[in-house]
Amino acid sequence: MIAKVGVLLWKDILSELRTKELIFSMLVFSLMVAVIFNFSFPPGSEFIKDASPGILWMTFIFAGLLGMNRSFVYEVDTGCLQGLMLAPMDRSVIYISKLLVNFIFIGTVELIVTPLFAIFFDFSIIDSLGPFLLMLFLSTLGFSVIGTLFSAIAVNTKTREVMLPILHFPVVIPIIICAVQATSAIFQGREWSEIWNWLKILIAFDIIFLILAILMFEYVIEE
Amino acid sequence: MTETQSTAIAVTGLTKSFGNLYALRNLSFSLNKGEFLTIFGPNGAGKTTLIRILSTLTKASSGEIRIADFSFENDSEKIRRQIGVIAHQTFLYENLTAEENLRFYGRLYDVENLPKKIETLLSEVDLQLRKKDFVRTFSRGMQQRLAIARAMLHEPSILLLDEPYTGLDQHASEMLTNWLKRLRSAEQTILMVTHDLEQGMELADRIAVLVKGKLVLNQAQQEIDPKKFRQTYYDLVEKDKR
Repeated sequence: MIAKVGVLLWKDILSELRTKELIFSMLVFSLMVAVIFNFSFPPGSEFIKDASPGILWMTFIFAGLLGMNRSFVYEVDTGCLQGLMLAPMDRSVIYISKLLVNFIFIGTVELIVTPLFAIFFDFSIIDSLGPFLLMLFLSTLGFSVIGTLFSAIAVNTKTREVMLPILHFPVVIPIIICAVQATSAIFQGREWSEIWNWLKILIAFDIIFLILAILMFEYVIEE
Repeated sequence: MTETQSTAIAVTGLTKSFGNLYALRNLSFSLNKGEFLTIFGPNGAGKTTLIRILSTLTKASSGEIRIADFSFENDSEKIRRQIGVIAHQTFLYENLTAEENLRFYGRLYDVENLPKKIETLLSEVDLQLRKKDFVRTFSRGMQQRLAIARAMLHEPSILLLDEPYTGLDQHASEMLTNWLKRLRSAEQTILMVTHDLEQGMELADRIAVLVKGKLVLNQAQQEIDPKKFRQTYYDLVEKDKR
């Protein structure tokens, strides 16, 4: 199973390296948001320090949706999803590989965009890099777990570009709340125990939804 | 040989409905190993639905299907290993080269001795010189030839063909026909659905006609007069319309 996931991952990453469609569009979107918000508030204001975790996560979520919306589009439009479904393997392999692809692409964008946000919004994560990366990992994983499943549902609808956010947002609200609160606690240099409380919720959320998504995926991609 | 040993596909009472709409109605037929069955039918007859069910892409509403003596209920992965599917969609990735596409599918099917197999198949479909080229630069005919190589990579015992001639030019059509003739002589079990009467008649051992989800004809090819078949086919289709 791991080998098959690796094969599918290789195919998606190689295609992306050749086209650079997803990562490029996510990066451009994120940078535009950073610039717009930077010019929207007076430099050095207290409000921007309070709002920066929310702005950061709003950027990640919308940029991530741009990428996840495309997860299954090529596969469905060209019929390649049928080619994958014909392969002698458990269909959860398709889900896990797409989840990892989304996680890697969104994570890459986050790692590039976060230092730029730190410069624009005047915050530092160097002292708490470990907790920040852990929070980023758990939040992005949860966000991708649900987004990958819903993008497989949305791709078969007529309004697929609009459908993913409509399906996705209500379910990821707990992740957004935990991520924003944990980021805020990290930026303000609060105690690890306070950060950990938010991370524990993220871990529970990730595990529960990962299991549910793997179990549901086969029914989602069949008619 | 016993009946079970010689049967490649056995379908009994197969029904597929989408809500109140019946795509297949109580379909029963069997296909022996090494036989070539062509199922003709007009648009909307249920041909593609039948292929999708036989290839495990869609679940039947009721009925029993056995492929290579494996049951659909418990052995769907084993069945997928036994079948190769060629449809009008090629299942190929345009941003990968011909060779990369075959390597990708070969790894999904755990094909042994893959590099050699890829070389052989690319030569057979006359794409050896284009193996490093992206599939997006291929013509429709070349893509379909590569799709044949993809479907044959894991040496399936049963080939399911869904309108494989769609969009092919004369040269590509002839190449596909010759390929199918070779497979037929090698006793490959083949089930093809098409509305192209000439191509389907030329290749088949048995002919069936599917109209509105029902099998209205299922006969050996020798029992059918090719000159009269076109009229027989239209009569069967028109009869069901009335």
